[in-house]
Amino acid sequence: MGRTLAEKVWDDHVVRRAEGEPDLLYIDLHLLHEVTSPQAFDGLRKSGRKVRRLDLTIATEDHNTPTLDIDKPIADPVSRAQLETLRRNCAEFGVRLHPLGDVEQGVVHVVGPQLGLTQPGTTVVCGDSHTSTHGAFGALAFGIGTSQVEHVLATQTLPMARPKTMAITVEGELPEGVTAKDLILAIIAKIGTGGGQGYILEYRGSAIEKLSMEARMTICNMSIEAGARAGMIAPDETTFAYLKGRPHAPEGADWDAAVAYWKTLRTDDDAVFDAEVVIDAAELSPFVTWGTNPGQGAPLSANVPDPASYEDASERLAAEKALEYMGLAAGQPLRSINVDTVFVGSCTNGRIEDLRAAADILRGRKVADGVRMLVVPGSARVGLQAVSEGLDVVFKEAGAEWRHAGCSMCLGMNPDQLAPGERSASTSNRNFEGRQGKGGRTHLVSPQVAAATAVLGHLASPADLTDVPAPAGV
Amino acid sequence: MEAFTTHTGRAVPLRRSNVDTDQIIPAHWLKKVTRDGFEDGLFEAWRKDPEFVLNRPERQGATVLVAGPDFGTGSSREHAVWALQNYGFKAVISSRFADIFRGNSLKNGLLTVVLEQKIVDALWELTEQDPTAEVTVDLEAREVRAGGITASFELDENSRWRLLNGLDDISITLRNEADIAAYEGKRPAYKPRTLQV
Repeated sequence: MGRTLAEKVWDDHVVRRAEGEPDLLYIDLHLLHEVTSPQAFDGLRKSGRKVRRLDLTIATEDHNTPTLDIDKPIADPVSRAQLETLRRNCAEFGVRLHPLGDVEQGVVHVVGPQLGLTQPGTTVVCGDSHTSTHGAFGALAFGIGTSQVEHVLATQTLPMARPKTMAITVEGELPEGVTAKDLILAIIAKIGTGGGQGYILEYRGSAIEKLSMEARMTICNMSIEAGARAGMIAPDETTFAYLKGRPHAPEGADWDAAVAYWKTLRTDDDAVFDAEVVIDAAELSPFVTWGTNPGQGAPLSANVPDPASYEDASERLAAEKALEYMGLAAGQPLRSINVDTVFVGSCTNGRIEDLRAAADILRGRKVADGVRMLVVPGSARVGLQAVSEGLDVVFKEAGAEWRHAGCSMCLGMNPDQLAPGERSASTSNRNFEGRQGKGGRTHLVSPQVAAATAVLGHLASPADLTDVPAPAGV
Repeated sequence: MEAFTTHTGRAVPLRRSNVDTDQIIPAHWLKKVTRDGFEDGLFEAWRKDPEFVLNRPERQGATVLVAGPDFGTGSSREHAVWALQNYGFKAVISSRFADIFRGNSLKNGLLTVVLEQKIVDALWELTEQDPTAEVTVDLEAREVRAGGITASFELDENSRWRLLNGLDDISITLRNEADIAAYEGKRPAYKPRTLQV
């Protein structure tokens, strides 16, 4: 019987397989950041262990880093201490580190792909749940905990039970103005935050094949919000074209050998998935969340749902609690929801294509009075690229704040936070209670919806903009 | 890791679904670089409400958390497990756990037990009516017992063996050093390397 993409990559990394035990998997790439690594390095020190493969390990700083005044000492002493701990650990153990201020610094899931380190058919781990992002290249990429970070540092392997596989097949053409973010939010709303639990998702079908690498990363990134262990997309010519010439992409004969292998990484026609979900791309429209988990979403054209409409008691209770926290009323049109803050950035939507999409809408327009808009590139390189295209000028002329790279307001570990009661339209991945700051309220949206919302001051799509943008430079 | 064989204690019924790890331990606590001292951050936002179940006097000293479905969703932060343990919890019962949280819990000796929602409902009713009711989580017998309730639970034999014996994963893996070295010997040359180019 044929095998799925996930099974092929899995099988190619089994170091040891024994009855009644999890498989021991080899890890090709280990990404580190400051938040989930200190206790792992402590563990190594206590046991007198070294990092087994420094040549498969790389670190950057992202969660705590400020996005303003990055040339000055970090104001928050606890954040500063955590970053200094990473620097000391990397120096002591010999790990390559891209610290704040370095041209390769940025959100770990933006940095790996742009360096060409994330490649098809590799296993990638990081102490961060959004490691699923790297699956966009046909890599098997898992978010792991700190104990596992220590395990990979010491052994370059992980014992893991093989998850089941689920196909998410999206056929057809995404309508004009509908993005990868809308698609993944609709998928999560359909299968639920636990729908992918125990599965590796494979996104496939004609609508997926047409997507750029950036869009594929947005989709795989949010696999974890459906509870999945990982998300993957089979590598194709789009993938190879993205990788070619990147600093760590193979060259010459190695490139040819790699591409020959990568081309085998497709689910066989006779392979069987443990579950399958089919989505019709043509039925989709801009999608936003109204609640406090990423599964609580609806088309922008809809109204806030009535909790009484849920048959399941725990879903009903969750919806009631969510509306109370979000300060929303059942039946209220989603378009009537006003925001004070718009955040464009994160490992979900902080890549160059996302910034271009937001800038295209803001060009010649102004952010609404009373709305604060933050634009945070996913990495220093993305920031430089945006500047070279003049996008920073577009954002600043529109009244948005142009910042330095990092996780920023996605989780508010740095000063970029919502105040209690503030409401954001955010291109990030989690609308959990207090995620962007204590008492803050988050609506997850695409970069296009974020930009249109910034202009109108309420949740909106670009189609709602009926004005004629001012000519550039005015 | 501390071994887990059997544990008996009073319970905290937490009637919430989708308890994400941001609720279990908010991000600002993640700046700490140790594995301890997270107890005051556990459910920090909810604990501001004096009526929150964890704040009730009758729940002080309880060690078994009985939660709604999809417990531990979201971030991979192991700090969520440490916070529960630092507070004093030895076991968490739910009808469904997020995968990463579950993996983290079993690596730290916090037993996460999956039971059908109707059993969770029964445990909620029992422990709400009688806060002094004790719940036994028996890993040897793979059974939860409380009041008139007896429910068996599944846990893969390998995880169970590691928990019962308090074994450290890394030392187990390093017994297979020869297999790891052999695998490394045949990795293709085109695989990426992080060394600066």
